[in-house]
Amino acid sequence: MNLITPDGGLLFWMVLIFGIVLFILAKWGFPIISSSIESRSGRIADSLRKADEIEAKEAAIGAEREQMLADARKEQDAILRQASAARDEILAKAKEDAAEETAKMIAHARTRIEAERVSAEAELRRQVAVLSVEVAEKVIRERLSSEKEQKALVDRLLEEASKAPGTAGPKN
Amino acid sequence: MKKLTLILLLALLPLAAFANKPADQSGESESLDISSVIFGHVGDSYEWHITKWGDHDIAIFLPVIVRTTDGRWHCFSSKHILENPEYEGLHIAPADAPHEGKIVQADGNKPFDISITKNVLSLLISSLLLVLLVLLTARWYRRHDATHEAPKGLAALMEPLIVMVHDMAKDNIGEDWRRYSPYLLTAFLFILLNNFMGIIPFFPGGANLTGNIACTLVLALFTFFTVNLTGTKHYYKEIVNPDVPGLLKPLMAVIETFSALVKPVSLTIRLFANMLAGHIQILCMVCIVFIMAKYGGVLLGGMSVISVLFGIFLDVLEMLISFIQAYIFTMLSSIYIGLARVKH
Repeated sequence: MNLITPDGGLLFWMVLIFGIVLFILAKWGFPIISSSIESRSGRIADSLRKADEIEAKEAAIGAEREQMLADARKEQDAILRQASAARDEILAKAKEDAAEETAKMIAHARTRIEAERVSAEAELRRQVAVLSVEVAEKVIRERLSSEKEQKALVDRLLEEASKAPGTAGPKN
Repeated sequence: MKKLTLILLLALLPLAAFANKPADQSGESESLDISSVIFGHVGDSYEWHITKWGDHDIAIFLPVIVRTTDGRWHCFSSKHILENPEYEGLHIAPADAPHEGKIVQADGNKPFDISITKNVLSLLISSLLLVLLVLLTARWYRRHDATHEAPKGLAALMEPLIVMVHDMAKDNIGEDWRRYSPYLLTAFLFILLNNFMGIIPFFPGGANLTGNIACTLVLALFTFFTVNLTGTKHYYKEIVNPDVPGLLKPLMAVIETFSALVKPVSLTIRLFANMLAGHIQILCMVCIVFIMAKYGGVLLGGMSVISVLFGIFLDVLEMLISFIQAYIFTMLSSIYIGLARVKH
């Protein structure tokens, strides 16, 4: 059977033609195709890796943002608390200051009033003294219009002065 | 649209196949010689018979190129030798003679025969087609930036096949797979294309090139030489001086050598036998119609439907086998290459 006997002519042509085809394709056909395909698959692998990296980075950024938000919120709370504390303190201080000031002012006013009162009393006393001297002078002048009366008065005064020399004064 | 064309083509495959058939069976009066029909179709011939139109055979006569034992070259159209009993002292050996169906000299010796036979022409056509396909694909990659563009058209068709062979080479050969990928790709696409061409029942398909032992032998020898001329030192050492206790050494060396030599034989026979068997199966299905012709209308009609359905099934199966055989040949080649690239 010639089916299982390799035919010489076909062997010859097969070696020749397959050899030529192999040469042509190995030289001008497959290298460019293979390298293109490889560079593409390389790029795809690269892109996938990059995408993964970006995803991971994004997740990290998300976590960081969460953290930052939490921090900010905490800080906000702290600041608010601090502010309210400060406000309370300031208010308390202001109240205290105001009370002190008021007390000082009241004290000051009181001393002033006291001083005024004392000086007014002194003035009054002086006025009363002057008035009484004037009244006394007028009275005396009225009563000493006669010689006799002048004499009686001098006597009485002398008597009094001799009786109590310490008490001799402007008082009559 | 493409799908529709494919379906139509598939549906027409068996029809076209048996459109050829009656031509060989020159007339219903002659008794039907199924085995000669089948072996005529799967074998080689000096003409390419296309069909029979009425009583007229339509065939392409191919050039005969022979060098007779007296050292003279003969080159003529096969029309002369096929239509005359003898031409330039050469004739076609009759059935049962040694070199049956081949051109022999008057003294019965076989001349050095490198005629362009049906298989050689089919080889030329498919090789041209393959070169064209791959170079056009390469042109796409040269003109486009493949890193930023998806392949289109022919490149999109070829790329999955190429990537598949790449992966095979990477898995089986390892780091220096790039050196071998052009050979593996060429072998894979060559076998695949020729297998498919073999299923197409009309010109330029229909030749049984990958079902011819000479073709598969050459492919297997290419693999054999690729494996054995580029092996590592360790690979040869494993064959000549295997790592076994002293007395076993010669025995193992013989076994290893034998295994190295058997590999191409197994490659040859696997591809050849699978493709040949596929062709014969389809032809048998088609022949049922002609065998049944003499049993009358009802049986003929019934069996024709069955044989056409089986023909469709076998054609589709054959397409699968075409792919699988091309894949297996390439896969085994890459495994053999990988085994010869051991480094430790």
